[in-house]
Amino acid sequence: MSHLTPSADRRAADIAAFSRRHRFHWFEALPWLIAVAAYFMFPNYLALGSQILAIILFALSVDLVLGYAGIVTLGHAAFFGVGAYTAGILAANGWGEPISGLLAAAVAAACIGLASGWIILRTTGLTLLMQTLVVAAMLYELANKAYRFTGGADGLQGMSVWPIFGTFRFDMFGNTAYFYCLVVLFFGWLVVRNTVNSSFGRSLTGIRENVGRMHAIGAPVAQRRLVVYALSAALAGIAGALTAQTAQFVGLNVLNLERSGTILVMLIIGGIGRLYGAFIGVPLYMIAQDRFAEADPTYWYFWIGLAMVFIVVFLRGGIFGVVERLLARSRKQ
Amino acid sequence: MSATGLQTIALCKNFGALKVSNNIDFRLQAGARHALIGPNGAGKTTFVNLVTGVLRPSSGQLLLDGDDITALPQAQRVKRGLVRTFQITALFRKLCVLENVVLAISERDGIGGDFLRPAGWHRAAIEEAYDILEVMGLAEDALRPITELAYGRQRMVEIALALALKPSVLLLDEPAAGVPESESVTIIEAIERLPERIAVLFIEHDMELVFRVAQRITVLVQGAVLVEGTPAEIAADPRVREVYLGEGRH
Repeated sequence: MSHLTPSADRRAADIAAFSRRHRFHWFEALPWLIAVAAYFMFPNYLALGSQILAIILFALSVDLVLGYAGIVTLGHAAFFGVGAYTAGILAANGWGEPISGLLAAAVAAACIGLASGWIILRTTGLTLLMQTLVVAAMLYELANKAYRFTGGADGLQGMSVWPIFGTFRFDMFGNTAYFYCLVVLFFGWLVVRNTVNSSFGRSLTGIRENVGRMHAIGAPVAQRRLVVYALSAALAGIAGALTAQTAQFVGLNVLNLERSGTILVMLIIGGIGRLYGAFIGVPLYMIAQDRFAEADPTYWYFWIGLAMVFIVVFLRGGIFGVVERLLARSRKQ
Repeated sequence: MSATGLQTIALCKNFGALKVSNNIDFRLQAGARHALIGPNGAGKTTFVNLVTGVLRPSSGQLLLDGDDITALPQAQRVKRGLVRTFQITALFRKLCVLENVVLAISERDGIGGDFLRPAGWHRAAIEEAYDILEVMGLAEDALRPITELAYGRQRMVEIALALALKPSVLLLDEPAAGVPESESVTIIEAIERLPERIAVLFIEHDMELVFRVAQRITVLVQGAVLVEGTPAEIAADPRVREVYLGEGRH
């Protein structure tokens, strides 16, 4: 076989290239530089900016299950909502400490993720899609009926969020909220990035690519899917809690179908399974929504829809997919 | 009685009234090179699915090295050294060849659930995967995705993945299926080079491969064992000739 074996140099180079794929690239600093720059450039849009940052975290959590593990979901608002209500109810009932609020939200959402995932992850494809929808719908009705705790359709009133570390007050201009969201998003992103680059994360990609083969190499597929589902739920819960704490209000819309759907749209625009799709798709969608809604308050959804059709037809793999293809082409030349 | 290897006792599988596997008594000795042949629809792949745990038998028993594994799930059987390849290539198509093998080794060594350290830090697994690629002659394609490989090369990756799991019993489901003749030689040679300690059962339609590699042959017809013997005995058996001539030679 020696005639087929490439040189030892080639072997060392291949292995080095393969085992260094998790290292940081310079372009990974871009979103963070832009986020800090945006703070100085658009001081009047900090509220929108904080929302965008929180929703990016939500999109990341969806990308983890959908893009990496191949678990289709149309009910991820369930976890976003559970997180939002957990932090909200705590703050409305005398515990406004934000960091522990986030942690409580993460734990609550993860528990709901584990419990529901344990039941519904036995299915795949469209059946699973329907079941995720059902879980979110059930929680929505629960929040609606339990108005004593949640405020029902009127929303949760009277939240009082304490200063972060007892020092940084949430000011009315949204300065603190913006950096709070940015820092939490950064840590959330680190967790997701580390997870997808770990052996566990690679095995998720294996499950997405070929479940039958993962079984055949002895992987505990059901367990892996459940673990990543719970992890994703926790992150979605933190995103929901961020929204609740920065807005000091929780409405039923945190749990509705529209939220589960639009997060998918945002992710598709940016690119699924790429870790950075969320960073492109979410700001683009939310800024476009903001602009369209101002320019054409009645029909702004039409323009979003038109843009979606364009993306699906012409930009396969989302914006990030196109960027990747262009880079690959320029590298070849 | 030797307790090593794989044994099935009165294995049955019914889909409704259809008996796909009918009372199969089969034994694969440690280190054997055993071929399972039979016309289309004889239940060969069903048999592999029963043995590997993809399907549950309707009745009967499965023993691996003397232990009853009838109730074990698929992943547990793999952990005990019972490994298969697929008739239709089943790989992680978008991932590179090296990654495919690394995934298998990670599961074997129980590092597939490690969500803290980057996969690239498990250097030993990557080195070992590369060793296997070199043995299989796949090293030059290590970093290419499966989709870019010729079909014959993909079949080699199938075998590489199975080898990575350090099997004691290896089931090859039509390893040379769909491969042009020019490339099938490489696959036959790869099967001949498999370590002797591995018991190999292969399903194959390519009679050249069967008679070149197999020490024993079992003929399956309509879900039941028609006859078992050495290649010479099988070639001379009138019942086997009838089955194949009656249906036209594969």
